[in-house]
Amino acid sequence: MMQHLPILQVLLPLLGAPLAALLRGRDMAWGLALLLTGAAFLISIILFSQQQMTGETLVYDLGGWPAPIGIVYVIDAASALVLPVISGIAFVATIAARRLVEAEIDARDHALFYAAWLLTIAGMLGQVTTGDAFNIFVFLEISSLSAYALVAMGAGRDRRALPAAFNYLILGTVGATFYVIGLGLLYMLTGTLNLMDLSERLADVQSTRAAFTALAFIALGLFLKMALFPLHFWLVPAYAHAPSAVSALMAATATKVSVYVLIRLVFGVFGIDFPGLADAVGLLVLTLGIAGAFVGTLAAILETDLKKLFAQSSIAQLGYMAIGIGAMSATGLAAAFIHLFNHALMKAALFLAIGAIAAQVGRASMGTIQGAGRQIPLTMTAILVGGLALIGVPLTAGFISKLYLVRALLEQDFWLLAALTFISSALALAYVWKIIEAAWLKERPKGAPVLVETPVHYVPAWLMVIATIGFGIFASPLVDAAYAAAHVFIGGAR
Amino acid sequence: MSNLIAHWNYFLVIALMMIGFYAVIARGNMVKKMVGLTIFQTSVFMLYISMGKVANGTAPILTGDATTLYANPLPHVLILTAIVVGVATTAVGYALIIRVYESYGTIEDDELIKIIEAEENAEASNA
Repeated sequence: MMQHLPILQVLLPLLGAPLAALLRGRDMAWGLALLLTGAAFLISIILFSQQQMTGETLVYDLGGWPAPIGIVYVIDAASALVLPVISGIAFVATIAARRLVEAEIDARDHALFYAAWLLTIAGMLGQVTTGDAFNIFVFLEISSLSAYALVAMGAGRDRRALPAAFNYLILGTVGATFYVIGLGLLYMLTGTLNLMDLSERLADVQSTRAAFTALAFIALGLFLKMALFPLHFWLVPAYAHAPSAVSALMAATATKVSVYVLIRLVFGVFGIDFPGLADAVGLLVLTLGIAGAFVGTLAAILETDLKKLFAQSSIAQLGYMAIGIGAMSATGLAAAFIHLFNHALMKAALFLAIGAIAAQVGRASMGTIQGAGRQIPLTMTAILVGGLALIGVPLTAGFISKLYLVRALLEQDFWLLAALTFISSALALAYVWKIIEAAWLKERPKGAPVLVETPVHYVPAWLMVIATIGFGIFASPLVDAAYAAAHVFIGGAR
Repeated sequence: MSNLIAHWNYFLVIALMMIGFYAVIARGNMVKKMVGLTIFQTSVFMLYISMGKVANGTAPILTGDATTLYANPLPHVLILTAIVVGVATTAVGYALIIRVYESYGTIEDDELIKIIEAEENAEASNA
């Protein structure tokens, strides 16, 4: 049983999906989703602690076929760190989903909703675990296709979800297809699809033009999937008009998985010594990252809809992850992993709290939260803490992210970039202040609907808030794990 | 020139790829975008299928003769999977187009943008 854990955590939600689609009755499908995401979370915690204790890479041969002939699932320091983030947030989002889905989605569609929900989670977990490059594509499409359907389910409440889902589908498919083109070139060069095998065989042909073209296609496809500026236009409408539960799950996990896959492919397969990677690609990613940090933050300041505001801020935060990757150093990658982890927690807290408001009044905007600070203090405080963590205020997880990011930049003497990172983070204060002003400094207008909060509304968000603060104060286990993850790809001391 | 002839399959694939990609980017009609996307994906299928070709190789079915040269079946199998994914994408895409048409009465990008902008402005003035 224990040796099958790497496959089980993907298989359980994957097989649960068709079962959930068949279940009828109010909470059956939800209960199944909760059970399976909980099981996946438990398994990923076990895998993580196992990996931490032994420090070894766990390789699972599917069907007993060893690599490179068979497909393998690999639990190393990097995948072991990312798995609990995804399954943990999936679990908490599933707890919250019951109330949110009841409020926003037609009762007839609940079973199908949870089927797509489980599929998208299975796809994300699969992408992280698999050691086969084509398998990544298959899981990428499993998670994306169900995500398109989930976003479109927002149509019952907000019909703009439909064109948003369509644009997401078009751009998502273009991104995935670019990835497959790059993979095709790699396969022609090396004759293998196993990631370990690829990286070994690629060393002989790494100065060919085909290898660089493959890198370009794969990186571009994944930039599109991770919504790196300027390829981010699908993200904001998709997150803003999706059902609240879906916004929370996707904003916290979907783009992070693509960041992880990018790191796994670029550093794990091509390697830091790949000609043109450190200078050309590094410079490109750094530039796009810092540009995205500014564009996302400025766009967020102009938004009045809270979902759109924090979707725009995701563009900025993904920019910071890109800066970590673009630093092309072990510290930079560790910073990217730390921020990947922390940002997932913050965004889950924010979107779960916003969802609790949106499910009641249809839409969380500066207008509908006016004066809400006294009516629903716990929900609004969750949003406030999430916002402060996005800025990078000390005692929140966001501070640790920014600390290591700036450290990685200073290590390479990127003084200007470090200063720009600091300025763009400080700018985020503007949109957090807008929320404080609306929620606490203004009176609730007369005749405005009364907002309520009960534990079902705020407990999921607060679980994430506590994690955000917890990892802000007791950061060293996460930092150690992130460095271990970075050292899978780039050697060197801390 | 000899390069062009020897690699004619790649030139064909790239031509098809760009035709499809152009349609995805440049067309405002959602159905045309989907058609472009399908052409784009199909070009990638052809890239994989043609790379599995081995000169003078036969279909990869065991003949019992050790000297038989086989085509590489692996890219073909990969593309079977990719075709399934492509069909699913197309199905979801057209289903969304039908829903968009039912809801908005148009599937033209520029008209949709106008309607959505009007909705957003109305929402912003309410907020």
